[in-house]
Amino acid sequence: MSRRVALEGSHAVAEAVRMANVDVIASYPITPQTHIPERLAEMVANGELDAEYIPVESEHSAMSACVGAAAVGARAFNTTSGQGLELMHEVLYVASSMRYPTVMAICNRGLSAPLSVWADHSDAMAVRDTGWIQVFCQNNQEVFDMTLWAFRVGEDPRVLFPVMVYLDGFTLSHVIEPVNLPQQEEVDRFLPKLQYRFALNPDNPMTHGAFGPPDIYTEAKIAQEVAFRKSKEVLLQGWKEFGDIFGRYYYPVELYKAENAKTLLVLQGSLSETAKLVVDKRRESGEPVGLIYLRLWRPFPLHEFRQAVKDVDTLIIFDRCISFGGPGGPVCSEIRSALYDMERRPKVVGFVGGLGGRDVSVGDFEHVIDRGREVAKKGSEEIFETVGVRGEVVGIRG
Amino acid sequence: MAQEFIKFGKNLVDTREFLAPGHNFCLGCGEVLAMRLVCKTLGEKVIIAMATGCDEVSSTPLPVTSWRVPWVHTLFENVGAEISGIEAGMKALMRKGRIPQRDIKFVGMAGDGGTMDIGLQALSGAIERGHNFLYLCWDNEAYMNTGIQRSSGTPYGASTTTAPAGKISVGQRTWKKNMVEIAAAHNIPYAATACPSYPFDLMNKVKKGAEIEGPAYIHILCPCPVGWRFPSNLTIEIGRLAVETGIFPLYEVENGRYKLNIDRPKLKPVEEYIKPQGRYRHLPQEELQKIQERVNEEYAKLKAKVAAFAA
Repeated sequence: MSRRVALEGSHAVAEAVRMANVDVIASYPITPQTHIPERLAEMVANGELDAEYIPVESEHSAMSACVGAAAVGARAFNTTSGQGLELMHEVLYVASSMRYPTVMAICNRGLSAPLSVWADHSDAMAVRDTGWIQVFCQNNQEVFDMTLWAFRVGEDPRVLFPVMVYLDGFTLSHVIEPVNLPQQEEVDRFLPKLQYRFALNPDNPMTHGAFGPPDIYTEAKIAQEVAFRKSKEVLLQGWKEFGDIFGRYYYPVELYKAENAKTLLVLQGSLSETAKLVVDKRRESGEPVGLIYLRLWRPFPLHEFRQAVKDVDTLIIFDRCISFGGPGGPVCSEIRSALYDMERRPKVVGFVGGLGGRDVSVGDFEHVIDRGREVAKKGSEEIFETVGVRGEVVGIRG
Repeated sequence: MAQEFIKFGKNLVDTREFLAPGHNFCLGCGEVLAMRLVCKTLGEKVIIAMATGCDEVSSTPLPVTSWRVPWVHTLFENVGAEISGIEAGMKALMRKGRIPQRDIKFVGMAGDGGTMDIGLQALSGAIERGHNFLYLCWDNEAYMNTGIQRSSGTPYGASTTTAPAGKISVGQRTWKKNMVEIAAAHNIPYAATACPSYPFDLMNKVKKGAEIEGPAYIHILCPCPVGWRFPSNLTIEIGRLAVETGIFPLYEVENGRYKLNIDRPKLKPVEEYIKPQGRYRHLPQEELQKIQERVNEEYAKLKAKVAAFAA
């Protein structure tokens, strides 16, 4: 039996980490992530969680300490936002390339300058290619569920990759929503103890992190890529098992009212819940509009995504990040590329908005749908259009 | 490997090698001489985290390794943090009964750049938090792995590729950062200097540092024939001269108490240490005098600390 409780996103993460019985927490405070390490520190201080809490002196050290803990076979957890994620950038590659299955929750935040502590996906997009499994959450139930799932799949001997769980800063991290918390016994059934085969131990000395001369580096990286892509099967299996135990099933590409839809919005993060209200309205008035929630960001669910959009006329992609000087928002240009080889592919229209915590309203999504369909029909010289920007600039040309 | 010892006077030295031969260190490298002795002292119940540098690239080109003990390298500046995670992870796993309770030494190792420059923050954090670990700095007084660039460990007057001697430059214009004092200023249980030219002193300090509960720091001067430009058969001699001239005194700070391990009644002139090294070849006499005065001053300060806070 689960308990239904009111939790902000940060505390949903902390509850999942507690129930996962982690061994080591290393984290450095940064807004809007602070409630997560605070709550975990409380749990450790009160004996509710038997873990080593390392109050590190930077995010670079937070990630490095987690790498160290993972190297000896401990379950390690880290959490950060925005600048913190950027500071640990090089360590992220180490964690994935050395196959250390650690978990990190990221309360997404804009990047300086100017300084912003508010929701934005620029931090996530900047670490897109670091070899971490990455999922976006829409609400606090997902925040709890994805955190638990992250340990389960990342630590699977067929995977051994670190996992990032993204939750929008403030709009999820600080907003209280109802969350179903499972029994510990159910969690234990879903999440076995970590058995890391390659743990550093004097009984079986191993060398981790030898350097790669040109005659071996390429093979090492290709092996990593093959293993990373192959991990998708286990990620899906993990979601299936999660659903069987907890009753909530998740998919890499989630469809909302997409049946017979001609136009689909594509979103990541908490904005999808606002957009769904607009989809509901349009459906009520008989318009064939639906939504794709792109949950699994890495490894990219290429097959599932193509399958989901094969009969659609128009895809409207909403990016919460700018790729400066790029061929579109990061999600939009990636999806264009993913669809390019399809024989029949939808028109792809890109919007950028919600930067640095800027609110995106129901009205904004009404505009995005109408304008998106118009651009798809008539074409446009703009690479993408912006939403909710004051002043003259609406479209960005190449 | 069966444990056997060779007796040198009152010192017992393990015959086993934990750093296997066949590595790529340079001829006459002071660092690998020290490392071999350190590994003999630490034994097999150890986990080592090492920073990027000479020591790392010379011991582990994939797919081979010289390490017969658990060893990990990830980055340049994070050894302090990484060994913190290793220690915390093992502590948690032992407390929770996931692995048997046992005594394992956690040892971080980095060069002077990895310790005194880019890795200083992570090291300071690890020391301040009081993790139970031993940290060894292999100080060859410049970024030798990348080609003799100056670090904050490079001594005044030495010529390096990024602080070269020139028509209007003496080479390094700054005095060597005093890393042992920085470590000791964290009020840690044990900080010391050592040099492979004094092998038993080195090994005794490593043993002490590894056995002490809490953070311990040992700063090891490793003469580098390539970077310091002296013949590779002079490594041990140069190390001795560094100590005998007072340029690199061997001392310990144990719970705030200072002890000079080698205290000669009269120091040799610094010129004897400087003359054989090509990195100082350009130095005019007045600069030598300046270095001599500085060494006298620093040595006197150290002696005063020894007198005031005797072990």
